[in-house]
Parts: sequence; C-alpha cells; structure tokens
Amino acid sequence: MSNVKIDVKGETCPVPLVETRKVLKNASRGDIIEITGTHPASKKEIPMAIEALGLELINVEEKDGIWKIKIKR
Amino acid sequence: MTEKATIIVHSGDMDKVYSALIIANGSLSMGLDASLYFTFWGLERLKKGGLEKGPLSKMHFLGLGKWMINKRMKKANVVSLERLLSDFKELGGKIIACDMTMEIMGVKKEDLREDLIDEYGAVGTYVQEARESKITLFI
Repeated sequence: MSNVKIDVKGETCPVPLVETRKVLKNASRGDIIEITGTHPASKKEIPMAIEALGLELINVEEKDGIWKIKIKR
Repeated sequence: MTEKATIIVHSGDMDKVYSALIIANGSLSMGLDASLYFTFWGLERLKKGGLEKGPLSKMHFLGLGKWMINKRMKKANVVSLERLLSDFKELGGKIIACDMTMEIMGVKKEDLREDLIDEYGAVGTYVQEARESKITLFI
C-alpha cells in the first residue's frame, strides 16, 4: 500500500477528473490517493466519479479555495 | 458489462471536437467505456497534423475569432486537443474511422494517424457500438 498525491491546482475541466482516473488506474488496491485542486466543479464531480467506480471516498476538505480529496483505491 | 458512451464526431470544427473529446474523457473518467466515431468533416481532424486545424463553428472570422478564443482558452488553462486525445487513448478510449468518408474524400490510411485508430468501420460498426451504449451523441 502506498500514498499517491497529485496536484491539479489551476487546471480546469476535464483535467482534474481525468488525472484522478489516470492515477486510480495505475494504483493498487488499498492505496490512498490525495488530489489537490482549485477547479470548483471538480470538487463535487470527483466524488461522483469515485462513487460510480465503487471506490471509497475518505474525505473532502476545502480551505481558501483549495480543495483536497482523499480516496481509497 | 461496463456502461459505454459512443460519440459520432461529424463536425471538424474546433469547438465541437473539444466538446466531443471532453465528454469522451469525462465518460472514461467516470468509469464508462468510450468510442469516438470520426466521419465526414470530423475525419479531417484525424489526418496527420490536422487535429488543431479546425475552424470555429461560429465567429471564425477568417481565423481571427479562433485566434481570440485560443487566447482566452490558454488564459483559462484549457488543455490542447492533442492532450485530450492522448488522455483519451491512455484511459482506453476507442477510435473508429469511417471508411466511406475515406473513400468519398479520397483519404488514404497513410494520410491518417493510424497509431490512434482502433478500427475502420461503417454504419454497422456504429450501430453495434451505440446499441450497447448508455450515452450516444452526434456532434
């Protein structure tokens, strides 16, 4: 198990979603993935994708317009 | 069976190709399979060096409109069509080229970016793809 962090700050549609999917594709079961970004819609759409993929959303937090989403693969 | 999105890329206009690729990549990201079926003017974008060459569907103004939109897109940090297409392939998206268009427009396989194309097909290929798709669009 490992922790993977990706930074998509400043990126817009559809990059945060696509980059999340790419990381998930290469990750192993049990890995923790943390995505940091600023694109507002992605903050709710990444959790939607996680649900659709049947994965576990650990938490979502936001501070000063920067959000962090934690996922368990 | 995995859910699927099948999109016909009929237009070669830059903004419409953006829409097609963004929806396709969004679909792949949300766990669907995705196929892009390039036909008519859309197929022009699969020619070597052709991807970014499409005009704007409106307000092209001999390229001035496109130049302005490109500038604004750059400012908004929108990625290139090339990047969207490479993400599409990386996430397992499938590209189908319409063989009738190739015949009508006199396009040869070697004129196209063959490395990206998974299949050359006709309407039957599209129908088979579409009948098992939750989402199908004509752009």
